[in-house]
Amino acid sequence: MKSTEEILALIHAALPAANVELVLNPSPCAQHSLRVAPADAFAVASFLRESDELALDYCSNVTGVDWPDKEITEKVKVTQLVDGEEKIVEETIKRIEPGYLESVYHLYSIKRAHEAIAGPVVLRMRTINRTDQVQLPSLTFVWRAAEFQEREVFDLFGIVFTGHPDLRRILMWDEFEDHPMRRDYVDPDDYEYEPTPHDEVLKRAEQQSKPTGVTA
Amino acid sequence: MSHSSTAEMKVYRPPVVDIIEEGDELLEVAMGPHHPSTHGVFRMDVALDGERVIRLKPVFGYLHRNHEKIAEKASYLAAMPYTDRLDYFCSLTNNWAYALAVEKLAGIEVPERAEYIRVITAELTRIQNHASSIGFLMQEMGASGTPLMYAFREREKILDLFEELTGSRMMCNYMRFGGCRVELPTGWLAKAQTIVDGLPGFIDEIEALLTGNEILMARTQGMGVLKPDLAINAGVTGPMLRATGVNYDLRKVDHYGIYDRFKFRVPLGDHGDIFDRYMIRILEMRESVTILHQAIKDIPAGPIMDPKSKIRGFRPKPGEAYGRIEAPKGELGFYLISDGSGNPYRYRVRPPSLINLTILEDMCLGQNVADVVLIFGSVDIVLGEVDR
Amino acid sequence: MLGEGILKGLGETAKNFAASFVSKDRLTTIQYPEERAPVIENTRDFPFLVYDGEDKMAGLRCVACQICEKECPPKCIYIVKSTDKKPDYVGKPQIYPARFDIDISVCMSCQICVEVCPFEAIKMDTEFELSTTDRFGGLLYDRDQLARSNQHYHKIHPTEAAEVDARLAEEKAKSEAKAKAAAEAAALKAAAAAAAPKPTPAPAPAPVSVKEPTA
Repeated sequence: MKSTEEILALIHAALPAANVELVLNPSPCAQHSLRVAPADAFAVASFLRESDELALDYCSNVTGVDWPDKEITEKVKVTQLVDGEEKIVEETIKRIEPGYLESVYHLYSIKRAHEAIAGPVVLRMRTINRTDQVQLPSLTFVWRAAEFQEREVFDLFGIVFTGHPDLRRILMWDEFEDHPMRRDYVDPDDYEYEPTPHDEVLKRAEQQSKPTGVTA
Repeated sequence: MSHSSTAEMKVYRPPVVDIIEEGDELLEVAMGPHHPSTHGVFRMDVALDGERVIRLKPVFGYLHRNHEKIAEKASYLAAMPYTDRLDYFCSLTNNWAYALAVEKLAGIEVPERAEYIRVITAELTRIQNHASSIGFLMQEMGASGTPLMYAFREREKILDLFEELTGSRMMCNYMRFGGCRVELPTGWLAKAQTIVDGLPGFIDEIEALLTGNEILMARTQGMGVLKPDLAINAGVTGPMLRATGVNYDLRKVDHYGIYDRFKFRVPLGDHGDIFDRYMIRILEMRESVTILHQAIKDIPAGPIMDPKSKIRGFRPKPGEAYGRIEAPKGELGFYLISDGSGNPYRYRVRPPSLINLTILEDMCLGQNVADVVLIFGSVDIVLGEVDR
Repeated sequence: MLGEGILKGLGETAKNFAASFVSKDRLTTIQYPEERAPVIENTRDFPFLVYDGEDKMAGLRCVACQICEKECPPKCIYIVKSTDKKPDYVGKPQIYPARFDIDISVCMSCQICVEVCPFEAIKMDTEFELSTTDRFGGLLYDRDQLARSNQHYHKIHPTEAAEVDARLAEEKAKSEAKAKAAAEAAALKAAAAAAAPKPTPAPAPAPVSVKEPTA
């Protein structure tokens, strides 16, 4: 098994224009990943599968990750004119780092499985934002294993996989509107409550039983 | 941007059936969600031309409870009992897969004795899972009762062992990050040895009853054939994959745990049909028995928990890990992202049951509707894991 | 030969049918309400609270630290701390649970509350005949329903209970020795102080029987 850096070098050698970068993983298992620009994803994935050296013919796991908007507080040194004198003043700046959705593919090689102990090759893609530009290319035609899993990511995270042959909801019902695995998902308050006397559910159940229009 | 291989790359498309011409007399049947053959609540929307299957679309989600979200809201430890409920036939292997992923994430070592206990419980789990999955397959073939009850008789003994060790028959909740929860009770290994000694007799009995049976052969041979290249591309794992002849067993490939210490063979099929899957399960049970013999003989004394790992307030450093094991149904993986807090930022289960169903339609097209039941049964799924 | 498998199968049936008259092992059915299968020692189903001595409320080991409430995966435990303190089984004043409810209909018998309890106060029962006609209240067990004596614990999990008792006795002995040492030290100090021209008040001995957990 090659290290992630070597795989990256191989990709760059074969596809010089492809936009792929290394993402380091600080955990002890050191499963580093490769972030691919969505536009190049299909070509890179096909290369990984077809390349004789890598032969990543088996896509084990496909999943999504939600990274919501983050508010970052930074201290920045700014030069200011104070009483006609230039001074360096520290200012706290709050900015919002836009969130995005990410799809993650864990790849292995079955053809070259017995050559060495192999960690997964992790492929990641990012959407532009979390609201309207959530399209990513589908890799179902590279690895059929992604068929149901991409449907699941679409269902639970709301990433739209362009080119997927049958992109429907898989676990939730078709009429369902939200994406439950997103971090900001709120449970709809339409359960048939079975309250236990000390649960927050009880409070909600009490609210439910109130006539509509009255909110506590 | 172009690459030479992209053009000639073989694409495995899901079957697209454009049927329904004028005058076609097709019958659309919803098999399930409560069809007795579906092992739970699962639906197949089937279009039939007479008895022949023209289209088959599986419908999931009847048992969906968003296991992943529950685990992301719970602490690392609190997610462990929920993993029991994924594939409720094999809670110990589920525990192991999750513990393995967390151990990779946090870099925890597992003491040797705990590794042995894990191997013993996992192989016992594999035997009881394969035995009952064969039993269910026979049940669906019309051998109502007897083979299944024989399998359950043996399963009962193994579950009693689990109960004695973990306190519960199915929801074991036994493995912990860096070891196992409790020490083996006195006399447990001797009991396990007795049961393991009895297992080859049971497998012989099942084989004598079934393997040469004409009905079994007539109904399973050449039925539901899966080609190896499609199986690999569709991410099929476990006995399903090995029945097609692909030599891919994570116990041999990843050497996770201490599997490199044991001598065992990986049974491989030839045709990829239902009969091969049945035979693979029988042979895997035999190999599991040899592993168990070695493991029970060699188990060392020592601690069962890594002293550094702690039960409460477990907070791994930020990072991510993907850990996988060879569960009885296929590759069971857990993907975890930690942000340094007490609960996982992202927790994902790679369910072998769901992904093995990807090629259900490919296998069923053109077959009779009665064989769909068998093909589906030979995949060996548990809906608790499919729907999560 | 065609039909061989069927004959073999029927032979198996005949064998079992005939053998059930001679072999006791083949008659595996247990006539449940009258007969019972022996309970395996490690069996667990739902938690109970252990008390020492005779009085349920006085002997309760639980000090309402609320760790189990926090760690419980399905959040089925509800604890209200008492405002006053009362002496526990070693005589040290402790907070006690003014309310301790477990919703058995939510509990999933995972044993995590037992694992995280630093006071050996909550253990798993083997009682399984808990059905009730009341859907909501009937399975909500309060402090009194949950309390079971240490003898009961010894009866259902003898090995484990013996270990726990040994551990508690050791801890108690340790804390008593510590208290004794502290008292002796205080006495010595007092004596020294009495000998010295300016007496200082001796610090009161503070025996610590159990460590307060940091939640």
